[in-house]
This record gives sequence, C-alpha cells and structure tokens, in this order.
Amino acid sequence: MSGLLAQVGTDLVLPEVQYSVMMPWLVLVGGALILITLTSVIRLRPPAGSLAGFTVVFGLVSLVASGLLWNDVDDRGPSSAVGGAIVSDGFSVFFFVLVAVTVILAALLGDPYLRRERLDGPEYYALVMLSASGAMLMATANDLIVLFLGLEILSIALYVLAGFHSRRTESREAAMKYFVLGAFSSALFLYGIALVYGATGSTQLPEIAAFLADNVITANGVLLAGMALLLVGLGFKVAAVPFHTWTPDVYQGSPTPVTGFMAGAAKAGGFAGLLRIFFSTFDTLRLDWQPLVWGIAILTLVVGSVLAVVQNDIKRMLAYSSIAHAGYVLVGLQAANERGLSGALFYLLTYTFMIMGSFAVVLVVGRRGDAAHHLDDYRGLAGRRPLLALAFTVFLLAQAGIPLTSGFLAKFYVIGAAVESRSYALAIVAMLMSAVSGFFYLRVVVMMYMAPGDATDGATGGASDGGLAPDAGGRLTVPVAVGAAVVLTLAFTILVGTVLADPVFDFANRAVELF
Amino acid sequence: MTGLIAPGLLAVAEEAGSGTAGFPLLTSLVLLPLFGALAVALVPSVRTEVSRVVGITVAVATTVLAVVLALQFDTGEPGFQFVSQHQWIASLGISWKLGVDGISLWLVVLTAILFPLALAGPVVHHDEKSYTAWLLVLEAGCIGVFLALDLFLFFVFFEVVLVPMYFLIGGWGYEQRVYAALKFFLYTLAGSALMLVGMLALAFLNQRATGELTFDVERLAESQSITAAASRWIFLAFTVAFAVKVPLFPLHTWLPDAHTQAPTAGSVILAGVMLKLGTYGFVRFGLYLFPQAAVDLAPLLLTLATIGILYGAVVATVQRDLKRLIAYSSVAHLGFIVLGTFALTTQGLTGGVIQMVNHGISTGALFLLVGMIYERRHTREIGELNGLQKAAPVMAVVFTIIMLSSVGLPLLNGFVGEFMILLGTFVTRRWWAVAATAGVILSALYLLWAYQRVFHGTPTGENATMPDMTIRERVVMAPLVLLVIVLGVYPRPVLDRIEPSVDALLGHVEEKTGYRQPAVAAGGGGEERESPDPEPGPGGSPEGPEEEAAGEAGR
Repeated sequence: MSGLLAQVGTDLVLPEVQYSVMMPWLVLVGGALILITLTSVIRLRPPAGSLAGFTVVFGLVSLVASGLLWNDVDDRGPSSAVGGAIVSDGFSVFFFVLVAVTVILAALLGDPYLRRERLDGPEYYALVMLSASGAMLMATANDLIVLFLGLEILSIALYVLAGFHSRRTESREAAMKYFVLGAFSSALFLYGIALVYGATGSTQLPEIAAFLADNVITANGVLLAGMALLLVGLGFKVAAVPFHTWTPDVYQGSPTPVTGFMAGAAKAGGFAGLLRIFFSTFDTLRLDWQPLVWGIAILTLVVGSVLAVVQNDIKRMLAYSSIAHAGYVLVGLQAANERGLSGALFYLLTYTFMIMGSFAVVLVVGRRGDAAHHLDDYRGLAGRRPLLALAFTVFLLAQAGIPLTSGFLAKFYVIGAAVESRSYALAIVAMLMSAVSGFFYLRVVVMMYMAPGDATDGATGGASDGGLAPDAGGRLTVPVAVGAAVVLTLAFTILVGTVLADPVFDFANRAVELF
Repeated sequence: MTGLIAPGLLAVAEEAGSGTAGFPLLTSLVLLPLFGALAVALVPSVRTEVSRVVGITVAVATTVLAVVLALQFDTGEPGFQFVSQHQWIASLGISWKLGVDGISLWLVVLTAILFPLALAGPVVHHDEKSYTAWLLVLEAGCIGVFLALDLFLFFVFFEVVLVPMYFLIGGWGYEQRVYAALKFFLYTLAGSALMLVGMLALAFLNQRATGELTFDVERLAESQSITAAASRWIFLAFTVAFAVKVPLFPLHTWLPDAHTQAPTAGSVILAGVMLKLGTYGFVRFGLYLFPQAAVDLAPLLLTLATIGILYGAVVATVQRDLKRLIAYSSVAHLGFIVLGTFALTTQGLTGGVIQMVNHGISTGALFLLVGMIYERRHTREIGELNGLQKAAPVMAVVFTIIMLSSVGLPLLNGFVGEFMILLGTFVTRRWWAVAATAGVILSALYLLWAYQRVFHGTPTGENATMPDMTIRERVVMAPLVLLVIVLGVYPRPVLDRIEPSVDALLGHVEEKTGYRQPAVAAGGGGEERESPDPEPGPGGSPEGPEEEAAGEAGR
C-alpha cells in the first residue's frame, strides 16, 4: 500500500527494506558500532580478552544468522531485496558463512597479538567487523554500485588495518602501498561500472544480463572495455597477476593477523564479486572473457608459484602462494560451468581455513615485534614445538594439495571443472604448478624438521624494530586463543579432507544451485 | 594422516553392522598400521624403546592378517575378492573401495612381511618414536595402494605414501638426505600431477558418454566409452606417473639419490615396496583401464624398459658405492617387470607379477645387508671393504644366497620371474627379449664382481675385525632367506593364485581390443591348470632352457 502511494505521490521511490536478508552483515556493522560507542563511553579498561570475546560472539551471531538465512533460501529459493539492490541466494550465504568465520579467526588471532605488541584497543576489532561486512555486501550485491560500496567498505577498513602496527615502518609502508594501489584499482572499477552502464543502460546485474540476452551489440567496444576494467578492479583485490604487485609487500608488512584476515576475507569478497559478475551477468559474453581469464589464470599460477620459490621471508612466501591460490580459483571461473563455480567456492572456503591457520603459526613464531619471519626462524621448530610444527606442516601440505587434506580436494575439484570444460592445458599447468609449489612449502618443512635447531632458541632474523626486543626468555609461547584458532582450522582442514568432505561439497553445490 | 582412520572406521562399522561381508579384512589391513602409528605417537617421549616394541608388534600383527588373507584367498577365482565398498564423496562418485585379486594379493603379503623386518632390522640412532610412527603410516599407505579399487582412493594412497617416506629420508638419512628427500618428493609429485588430470579426464569423458560420474576402476574398465585418441593421452599421463615411480629410463634420476641417502629401512621399503607402486599401476590401471592404448604403446614402453635394463646394469657395474650399485640394479630389475607386463602374454605378465614380489624380497634383503655392513664399517665404499668373508662368515653366506637370487640363479626366487618374463617376451617381442637377456648377464657381472671385492681376499684394517651378524640380525634375515629358497624351489602356490587373475586381465585386453596373444604364450597356463599333476609348473617345467639360462647367468 505504502509502495503504491509512494509511486503515485512522490518522485523518490523508497524501496522496501528486508532486514532479515541483511542480518548477517548488519550484525557485524552493529557490533562494530556498539564496540566503538561502548569503549568510548566507558572509561574503564576492558578486561583482557573481552573485546575479542565480544567480536567472536558477534561473529557467531552472524554465523547463526547466516544459517537461518540459509534455511530460508533453501526453502524459498533466491530472491532479490531492497529494490533489487541486493540478492539473497545460496551463493551470498555461502560467503556470509565464510566471512563470518574469518571474523572469528581474526579475533582469536588478534587478541594475543595486540597484547603482545601493546596495541590493545577496540579499533582492530571494529575495523575487522566493518571490513567483513563490506566483503559480505560484495557477495550479496545485485547492483554494481552496491558492489562498489562493499568493495570500498572492505578496502578502507583494510587500509587502516594494514598500518595498524604503526611503530613498524613496514606496517606503515604496507598501508600506504595498499591504499594507493587499492584506490587506483577502485577508480578503475568505478570507471568500468560507468562504461558498462553506458553500454547497457543499467547498473543492476540482472538487468544488464537481460539486456545482453535480448540485444546483440555490434560495436561492443565500450562494453568489453567496461568488463575488462571490472576484471582489473576485482583482479586487484584477489591478487591476480598482473595486478598482484602490491601483495608481497602488503602481506609482509601488515600485522600478521591482518594478513591472515586479508587473505581470507578480502580474497573472498573480491572473488564473490568476480564470480557473480562473470558467471551470471556476463554469462552471454563468455566467449569474450573466457580467453582473458584463461590467460590471467595461467599467469597467476605461474608467477605466484615460481616467485614463491625464491622467497626467504615466510610472509612473502605465503603472499606469493596466495597469488597462486587465486590462480586455482580463477581456474574454476575459467571453466565457466557449475562445477567450476562450486569448485571456486569450495576452494575459497578451505583456503580460508588453511591460510588463517598458517598465519596463526606465523604469528607465534614471529615473536614480539612481529619481525621473526625469516625462514631461518623456523629452524628446528619441530624440536622445540613439535605440535606447532606438525600443525604448520599440515597447513603447508594442504596448500600444496597433498591428499587427505581439504586443500587436495579443493584442487581436485577446480581442476576437475577445468577438465570437464576441456581446458586441458590449464589443468595441466595448474597441476604442474602445484608440484612446483610443493618445493617451497617443503622448504619450510625442511627447516622445521631437518635443519639442526639453533641452541639459543632466540630469534635470529628478528632485527628488533621500533624499540621492541624479542621475548626475553626466547621461548615460544602459544597463547590459548591462537591455539584454539589452530585447532579449529586444523580440524577443518583434516576433517574436510576426509570424512566431512561430502557435507561441505554439498554446501558448495547447493549454494551454486541456489545462485 | 590420522584423517584416513575416520572413513576407514566408518567402513568397519558399516561392515560389522551389515553382517554380510563378515570381518572387514582389507580395511583392517589398512587401518591396523595406522592405529599402530597413532599408538606409537602416543607413547611418552621418554620411553622411546617402548614405541619400537609397539611398532614391531603392530607390524607383525599386520603380517598375520596378510597371511590370513592369503590363506582365505579363493584360488582359481580371477576377480576381486573381499571387496568392501562404502560411499565417500557422493557428489563426485568417489567411494572407499578395496579389493584383492591374484595380482595384488602377493604384493600385499610382501608389504606386510617386509615392514616388520625393516622395522626390526636396522639400528635407529635418534627419535625412534617418530621413525616407527612414520614407517607404520607408510605401511598403511602402501597396502592401501595395492588394495584400492577406486581411482581417487588409489591416487590418495599413491600420494600419501610420499609424506612418510619424505620424512624418513630427510630425517634419518645420510649426508645428502635433504636434497634426496626433496628430489624424491618433487619428482613423484610432478609425475602424479599429470595422472590427476588424466584421471579426471577419464572420469568426465566417461560421464559424458555414459551419464555416470564414477571413479570405480571396475566400472571404468568395463565401459571403455572414451575415444581411442583420448584414452591414449590419458594412458600417457598415467604412464608418466608410473614411470617416475618404477622408475623407467629416463625418469629414474631420483632413485639413486633417494636409495643411497635413505636410512636402511627406507631403502628396503623404497626398493622392496614403493617401486612396485609403479609397476603395479601399469598392470592394474594401465592395462586394465586402457587396453587399446596399452597395446598400441607397448613398443614404447618395451623399449624404455629394455634401455633401463641395459643402462641400469651398465651403470651399476661402475658404481663405487655399494648402496648405489644396488639402487641401479633396481632400475635394471624393474625394467624386466615392465618388459614382462607389456609383452602382453600370460607368461610375461605372470612373470612380471611374481618378479615384483621376488625383487622386493631380494633387494630388500640386500639393502638390509648393506645397512648392516655400514653400521659396522661406517662406509659404503666398495674400495674400502675387503675380505669380509673371514670376519663375518654367516653374513657372507646370507649375502651370497641373496645375491644369487638377485642374479637369477635357478632354484632361487629371482630365476622364476626373470625366466618367465623373458620367455613371455620372446614369443611376442623377440628382439626386445634378446636385448634384455644381455641384462641378465650384466647383472651377474656387477653383483658377482661386487661380492668378490667386498667379501673375498685378505681383510685389512677394520675389515679383519668386523663382527658377524647378531642374533637379532639373523632372525630378521632368516625369513627372507627362507622365502628366497622356497619361492625358488616351489613357486607353484604363488603362481596358482596369480595366473587366473592375469588370464582374466589379458582376456579383458583381448576382448576390448582384438589383440590376440600367441597360443604358445597363453597355452602354457591353460594346459597346466587341466593337468592334475602339479609338478611341471611354469617355473620348473622347461628344464632345458632353465639350464641354459642358468649357465648364462653363472658365467
């Protein structure tokens, strides 16, 4: 009734807002706002761990809201909301779940890190939650403008987070680099939106798709340029070659929990946008973008894997390997079939657990000052911290794609999709690069297990920075929260690689069915 | 690794619940060593000697299970037995499917016999606990490879065995261990990368043709729905993976390093069991899944195998390092197995299968012996050893027997397989067989020459005072020596179980391709099965040629 009146009476049509489908990310926005308000009103110093606990609770609530939404979508199928600005479908809920998990893990990693580095405060948690809500918005966006909003919410919070360890020059440098290049890519993305709008007359994804299905554009230069710019803008966020140059420096310089969060949430958000735009909106232009994605995927795989081989800094190595992992997700995109899409989803979910688990270990080994990230700092870790070394080994082997881990199934699935769509060359390159990647993951394992440990147990590479000395005792302590994160991610990595593979596959497949 | 336990446990629970399959023998064979590894890992670090005892006990228990399997095995039944199947990943048509036939049966038994010996034999100098645990994980993986009847499951086991072996070489090996471990790991990983793509291509092309997505080996073999060209490419992809494992010339360069640098137990398992993953792969997956491609590309593989035989033998001759010499001899011996496999005759293939077992026993034993020498003399250089016969007569006798079996002396096990392979190959591929026979002569040359330099002569220096084999070492070597003799004199029971499956496999190849093996090669087996008199076995019946070959080998 009110809608009708609005249409008749006023020029501005206010869409009906369905809060229920926005719950998972509204919870996080709300959490961030409450956190900031409370901590500025209450002058008392919050008890240790309470802020992280608060964030974990909100992450869990977001997870539960996603679960409820999933049931809803499962029953009634996908639907658009808020005047077609966002869409509530299995695909978006899948990313809600994924991003909510990164929030929980980032909180678990953040708490001991911030206290160790004396950076404690509510800002980190608020920014993480805001950034995550941006990633979720990207996943649920049904309109290029909304997608852009999500991208910016995600990115701006991340720029700040990258420079969060403000006493470290590397951290400030990372923030600056990420900001400048990120802003540049946002601009390209925006320009791409403008061109696509010019070519099709809409920014709404379904309308663009409908337009492209009904019309044959003979001179489609503008459209293709717009599409290419969208690819560049999002390719930047997911660190696809040749838009990857920021990755190593930013991953290395950012505070370790932020790096983990970045690898999980930012990649997820970027891929959510990428997959939705190319799978649904530009589906009819498949023959135009498939070769492009093919080339980018091969470049990403090769550059990421090969350059990771020569890295001596663990965070740089993981940065390059994250580039390579983006390549595998692109393999799923390039396949342009249902299996490719669900493979990409499965890959992103499992990768999030693997990489955040890895960074949890890196965080511990990094010691106070967050600087002991040289490969030598892992020398003899197995002797000193056998369980930590074992966990790291599992994460590394999972990333290398060794069977009985979730990482193997993920690779198996996307490469299966490539084979199904007859992209044999891409599949073979991907598998060969996975063998190459075995080399640099094993280098770390060699360091941990086979290199003689140094007797001092003290940090070697950690040239103390910003006046922070390495821990006096030199003994590595694993904080409870980090331990919990490691156990959680480890359990996921192993269980999904074996017995729980089926439910998670079903989750990804169903998400694609409800796309 | 621990993850494997869970699906297996489900399988056990289901089988126990259904009550139809009875005791899940095969699943238990995979799980028992895994549980053992877990148990070992839980032993407190201060009591490492307990972990060794636990490990050996578990390995012996696995041997008992394998023997039970062999005893309950239905002789004359060509198909898969004790099959146990449970869905694993439904959306991809992947299941936990294990089964055993005449081809895999003896490899499982061999694995189960070699592991306790490898565990008990060599001395471990540090961290016995992890060492034992890794070996048991490796055992589970190896048995899994031989039993898997689902391509995906096979691939999982095939790759998983790399991890424990990598740690064994890298953690307990000799000077160049890290390099060797890495080389071994990456070589194999790169090889299996192609196989994975091939596997997926096979499954999806089959799905396109039949509408069913499955990784079930039997189903895929039966349907043969993919085009000849596709199957040739996929066969090649599999071939690369297996050729690295075997290893076939020119993909063998990881082997000398890995074998030489690995700790004794590692070398025993590498040579004894893990090389067979490749040859077994050729038989089970190469021939069974891609009969036409295997027939078409047989000349290529035969040629590579023959080059491997000659090259391995020649290079072995000039080695100064005893362990490296045996490593190269493996290249040659495994070449024989591939030769027999792709001769595509009953005799050749049966010979290939039994030779896998025989090579495992002989070479495993040789590596154990070299390990014993190294423990005493701290060198593997042939030049620094001499006259050991005087100081260690018992070891000299054992070494002689094992070495002669490796050379292929009649009445010892090595002869049976080698002879059948050459016979089977000669019928269809005369010139390859002729060339390969030269390898037999060369093997006698390098092994006898090495023996002569190490054991004969007057001992000098430390060689004069080297202690002889201890009781423990004698106990470890006894079963191997016994097997060498028993299998050499009376291989009948083993062959009886292999042949029906080999016949069935070749029948499958003939049915799907129109290839016909010459009656001479196939007939031998058929006649003998009809004759009630068990005496003239394929290993013993052709008396004349046997002596000829023996003479050749002895020269």
